[in-house]
This record gives sequence, structure tokens and C-alpha cells, in this order.
Amino acid sequence: MAMVKKIVALFAAFAVSALTMGNAVAAQGQATPWQLGFQDAFSPVAHQMNDFHNLLLVIITAITLFVLLLLVYVVIRFNRKANPTPSKTSHNTLIEFVWTVVPILILIAIAVPSFKLLYYADRVEKADMTIKAIGYQWYWGYEYVDEDNLAFEAVMLEEDELKEGQPRLLATDNTIVLPIDTNIRLLVTAEDVLHSWAMPAFGVKMDAVPGRLNETWMRIEKEGMYYGQCSELCGARHGFMPIMVKAVSKEDYKAWLVKAKEEFASAGGEALKIADASAVTQ
Amino acid sequence: MAYGAAAAHDDHTPRGWKRWVYSTNHKDIGTMYLIFAVIAGIIGGAMSVFIRAELQMPGDQFLNGNYHFFNVVVTGHGLIMVFFMVMPAVIGGFGNWIVPLMIGAPDMAFPRMNNISFWLLPPALGLLLISIFVEGPAGADGVGGGWTMYPPLASSAGQPGMAVDFAILSLHVAGASSILGAINFITTIFNMRAPGMTMHKMPLFVWSVLVTAFLLLLSLPVLAGAITMLLTDRNFGTNFFVPEGGGDPILFQHLFWFFGHPEVYIMILPGFGIISQIVSTFSRKPVFGYLGMAYAMVAIGGVGFIVWAHHMYTVGMSVDTRAYFLGATLVIAVPTGVKIFSWIATMWGGSIEFKAPMIWALGFIFLFTLGGVTGVVLANGGLDVILHDTYYVVAHFHYVLSLGAVFAIFAGIYYWFGKMTGYNYSETLAKLHFAVTFIGVNMIFFPMHFLGLAGMPRRIPDYPDAFAGFNAIASYGSYISAFGVVIFLFTVLHAFMRGEKAADNPWGEGATTLEWTLTSPPPFHQFNELPVIK
Repeated sequence: MAMVKKIVALFAAFAVSALTMGNAVAAQGQATPWQLGFQDAFSPVAHQMNDFHNLLLVIITAITLFVLLLLVYVVIRFNRKANPTPSKTSHNTLIEFVWTVVPILILIAIAVPSFKLLYYADRVEKADMTIKAIGYQWYWGYEYVDEDNLAFEAVMLEEDELKEGQPRLLATDNTIVLPIDTNIRLLVTAEDVLHSWAMPAFGVKMDAVPGRLNETWMRIEKEGMYYGQCSELCGARHGFMPIMVKAVSKEDYKAWLVKAKEEFASAGGEALKIADASAVTQ
Repeated sequence: MAYGAAAAHDDHTPRGWKRWVYSTNHKDIGTMYLIFAVIAGIIGGAMSVFIRAELQMPGDQFLNGNYHFFNVVVTGHGLIMVFFMVMPAVIGGFGNWIVPLMIGAPDMAFPRMNNISFWLLPPALGLLLISIFVEGPAGADGVGGGWTMYPPLASSAGQPGMAVDFAILSLHVAGASSILGAINFITTIFNMRAPGMTMHKMPLFVWSVLVTAFLLLLSLPVLAGAITMLLTDRNFGTNFFVPEGGGDPILFQHLFWFFGHPEVYIMILPGFGIISQIVSTFSRKPVFGYLGMAYAMVAIGGVGFIVWAHHMYTVGMSVDTRAYFLGATLVIAVPTGVKIFSWIATMWGGSIEFKAPMIWALGFIFLFTLGGVTGVVLANGGLDVILHDTYYVVAHFHYVLSLGAVFAIFAGIYYWFGKMTGYNYSETLAKLHFAVTFIGVNMIFFPMHFLGLAGMPRRIPDYPDAFAGFNAIASYGSYISAFGVVIFLFTVLHAFMRGEKAADNPWGEGATTLEWTLTSPPPFHQFNELPVIK
């Protein structure tokens, strides 16, 4: 008995620590230890995704528990001891009709908000600014296409290069700085193989495909650091080309632009030409 | 010696190695398929344990910086489990063994083609294993493109070495094997049913193999085309998937998934059939809603051909295209629900005996439901954006395959073990095997849902430290499952060593299909006089 109590206490302690750890750390823009659900949402799209997922989670949990309940009931009620003579029923039109139609109704209830989310997340009517992410083996290049072709590359920081508080495998040497409360159009492409630009906190994931220019959008709601990882297998160092976004106020963003244009003016020669070409075609 | 006795002795049974290598006997070929699947399963399973061992803790455990090797193992695990474990087991193994018995046929329609179907597989597996030791990307060995082999990573741009060519050839050979097998099954089922066995009297396992064979026949040529185009891109200067030459990498993804989505139903449909037979047998009741069950499989097979791009929600398709695939994908939940509820209704009112096959079947129904509902979540193109290529997807497809198809395979092995070998397996060991496997696989794959929701991408050899906890649990689960495989192998060995003879029909009045009217094991040639079905 004492043993059982100990085990129960251990599990309770584990559960409590698991739940509180999530809250205590509550790092914004990245996963936390023992996290059970989505990362906190910091864009309108991600908020909608969270809400929709919460709805789905209720539905699928209910369905799974319902099936489990039926199985348990059948096992208890209709085992050989409890029910020695089996019935020979093999048809019931009504129940077969019900278990076809009820799932259809549930699916319709899922489909309506699903289509809404799909079309809302697709693209933004009027973007305030545009940035372009280019996937390389194995780092990302960025171009601020309407800011005098400001361009730079972001390479993952190795463990010995990390500064205090920077997460392993997620921090990069250069950071994309973006303003909050701004509709940002994101263009994604790749130079060599497939990559995928992903940022869970914004609900964004867009494949980077050579020869294609994919478009999506985001609107960041809060200042801070946000982290994502390449999400399409791209070779040996696929796990080591993270995405790091620093979201700042609009004023700070303007100040950063001035500084960044000086800093990267000499560095991004080749990238500049690509940006020029795209500006002409617009 | 009397003339009659000599004639009785000569049963035209080939002996020794010729019996197997030259075999045209559906039962011997089925046995070889099953042994092949077990061997491939051990290789693929060892790869998965390596993956989990590497991911047990953050950081580099065994790779010494050779991250490409991790991708090689992931690719090998996927290809081997799909093409050389699940497919040979459910179609080649159980299909060959059981379909002719169930429809009252003496053998398959094309016994010699059956032989080549099987004997194409070992060289195919050999080619894939050779690829591991051949140069892939410059300076590293093996194919590291994932089982999907998306170009440009699988093109000469991403991996110029010969390894990918070996893998492509391996799939060509395995695909040819499956197409020949599919032709054989379709012909056998359409033409060789015993007198009186109409289509609507066929056991559901036969229905499931028939639908599967059609899926194979229609989808595999598309894969063959896609990988041939990849092969010519790599070696003969064509530009099907090369954007600089006017090609498109996304075209490959469309072709691949036009095959790939039916492929996942190819893996699970025979499992549906096996589970239907077992649930009916051990409940001592006929299958509830037989016609609904049969046509649900036909519907799943049909709709399975028009949902492929739900694997590609993030590649940049137009929003209307994604909306179509969203809607079409949700539809599949309806026939799948019909199957789940019909199994439960079959048990309802029954007199259920909990022998090992039935316990595996119950495990299948629950875990397949769990994997099915996460499939409904992933079907939603808007939401899938956040889940695509994360561990949530890994959890989903392992719940339906590793815990669905594999549970069905084990259920089938125990269900027909006595019939196939003539020996009884130990119920205790089989139930222990179930308990260990059930705990192990759930420990691996349930935490992966959390990892995926939190954003952990799949196919990465190292992960941010926040993901450490659930990864450790998954790895421990993997070692438990591996121990389950050891128990399984011992159970089989134990049954042969104990040598307890199996009854012709060990399952009693619930087992109504024709294979239980034969001896255990059945004679080398059965149904010399065709049975007549009322």
C-alpha cells in the first residue's frame, strides 16, 4: 500500500513539475521543456491556428474516448463468460446509416472553420513591406527588397559561439529584424535544394523551392526573439540552419535599417544584384 | 511393392533447395515472403533503434559529425519498412498463403509469375543495401534524401554519387515484383473462386487483397515513371525536375504522392481484412455490415487516388487547390469510421474469446483510431502548415502503420500460425509479446505528438534542448519494442521446438472460412476437388 502511495506521489510530482515548468520558463518564440501543445501564438494566423486546433483536439479526444469506451464495454459485456451464446445479428440499416451520417456532420463542422483558416492564412491583401528568404545548403539569405536592397546571410552559431542566453541550434550570427504590427509579405525561394522557412510562433511554414517564388505573410504582435528551423530535408546539415527573428517596434526598426544598410553595404554584393533584378521586374 | 502405394508416395513435391528456388507453390512462396519480411523488418527495426539511440539525448551520440549518415539511416528505415517489410508481409505473405485457401482455389492463377514476384525482392533489397556503401553526396556514402527522394536533393545537384541510382534501381525491381503480384491476385480472385463463391460471398480478407492489388497496379507505374525521370535527369541530361532547364521539382512530388498516398492504403488495407476475419472468428459472429465493410474498402481505395497533394500543403500550391485536397481528404474519414464501428458492432452481442490474435486486433482497432483522428487534424490544410514536417506527422503515420499495419501483421501471424506451420504457438508468450510491444510503441510515438506540436522538425540528427524530455521517453520505448521483437522471435522458435501439433480448426465455430476445413498445415496441393459453396 505504501508503495502504491509512493508511486502515486511520484507521478503527481512529475505531472505538477511538467505543467509548471512550461509556465515558469515560458520562453517566448521557442519551445519549452515538456511542452504539450503549440508554442504561444504571436500573429493573427497563429492565433487562429491555435483556436482551430483546440476545437479539433476536443473533437478527436471525444471520438477516441468514445471508441475506447465502446471497446471496453464490449470486452466486459460480451466476453465468452458473460455472453456464452453469440447473437447472429449482422445487419441494422438504421445504425449503419447513423454511423455514416454523423461523421459526415462532424466533418462538415470541421471543414467550415478549416476553409476559413486556409484562405485567411494564404496571403495578405496589402502588405506594408516585403522580405525575401533564400535557402542555401545550409544557411538562409535574406533580402529587404524595398530597403535599398539590404541583404545578408544568417548562419547558425556553433556551441562555442553562443552568447549568454542564446539557445543551442536555434541562434544565428545575423538576425532578421522585423517591425511589429506590420503586414509583412514573405517571399521564399531556394538556390540549391528544397528548404522550408518555418516559424511556429507566427504560424508560418513555406517551402523554399528552386525556380519558384512562394509567398506568405505574417504580422508580429509582440517584440522579442523568435526561433524556427528548416523544415524540409536538405542534406547533411538540415538540422543546423535555424531561423532567428528579432521583432522590434517600428521606430527601432527604422533605426536598425539605417545601421544595417551601412553594416551590410559591403558584404552583400552578389545578393544585391539579385535584388536589383527583382526590383526591375516589379 | 504395390502399384498404388508407389503412386501415393509420389506427390510431385520438389525436395531440397529446388522446392524453394523453383517454387510455384503459393504456400511455399508465401512462407518465403513472410521470412523475407521478418529479415527486412529486423534490418529496418535495427535502423530505427539506431535513430532513437542517436536522438535519446541532445547532441551528437554516435555520428561523430557525419550527419549525412543519419539521413541514410532514416531513408533506409523508411524504404525497407515500406517496400521490404510491410508490403511483402501483408500482400506477398498473407495474400499468397491465404487468398487461394479462402476462395477454394488449388493455387494462384500464374504460379511461375508468383515465383519471379518473390525472387525479384531479394535483389531489390540487395541493391538498396549496397547503396549504403556507395558514394551519395560528394565525400559521403549512401542515399540521404528520405524515402520520398525529392529532387533536387536526390538529383545530381544534391547527391551526384551512384547511391541514388542504386536506390532507384532497387525500387524499380521491387515495383516490378509488386505489379506482377498484383496482376496475379486480380486474376486469381476474379477467375479461380470455387463454385458458388460469388464476389459478395468472398471473405473480407480477399476483398482487401483485391482492392490492394488494384491500387498497386494503378499507382506503382506512376512511381516507376517518376523515378525513371529522376534517373534520366541524373544520368542522361534530361531536365524534368531541373528548374534551370525548364523543369519543376514540384512535379516529382506530385508524381511521387500520386503513388505514395495509395501506397499507404496498400499497406493498411490487407490489415483491415485480417482484422475483420479475426474479430469475426473470436466473437463467433459473422462480420457486421459485410457489404458496407467491403465497399468501404473500395471507397477508401478510390478516394485514396484523389487526395495525394495533402502531403504538399506547404509547397506553394494555389489556395483553391489546397482547399480541394482538404475537402477530399476529410471524406476518407467516413468509410474509415464505417470500418471501425462495424468491427465494434461485430463484437457487440458476440461471445468473445481473448486469444492472442484477438488481443492484437483489439490493440489495432484502438491505435488505428488514434492514428486516424490525428490524420483528420493533418488533413486541414490551414492547420497543417504548422504541423507539416514535424514529429506530429511522424507520430500520425507510425500510429497507422507501425501500430496499425504491424499490429495487423502480428495478429495475422498468430491467427494463421497453426494453419501455416502445423504447430501451436504459446498463448502466454504471444500475449507477453503483445503487452511489451503495446507499451513500447506507445512510449515511442505518443510523446511525438507533443514534440510535433511544440515544433520539432522531423529528420534532424540533433534538436534544441527543450525537446530533450519526450525524446528520451521515445528512445526508451524503442528499446522496449526491440525487446518485444526478441520475444516474438523466441515465440516462433519455441513453437517449433515444442512441436505441439495444431488442430485443423483451433478457433472453433467462429472460424468459418475455407482454410479451416483443411489440415494444419494444408496438403502441398489443396482442393483437388473444388469445394462447393452454398
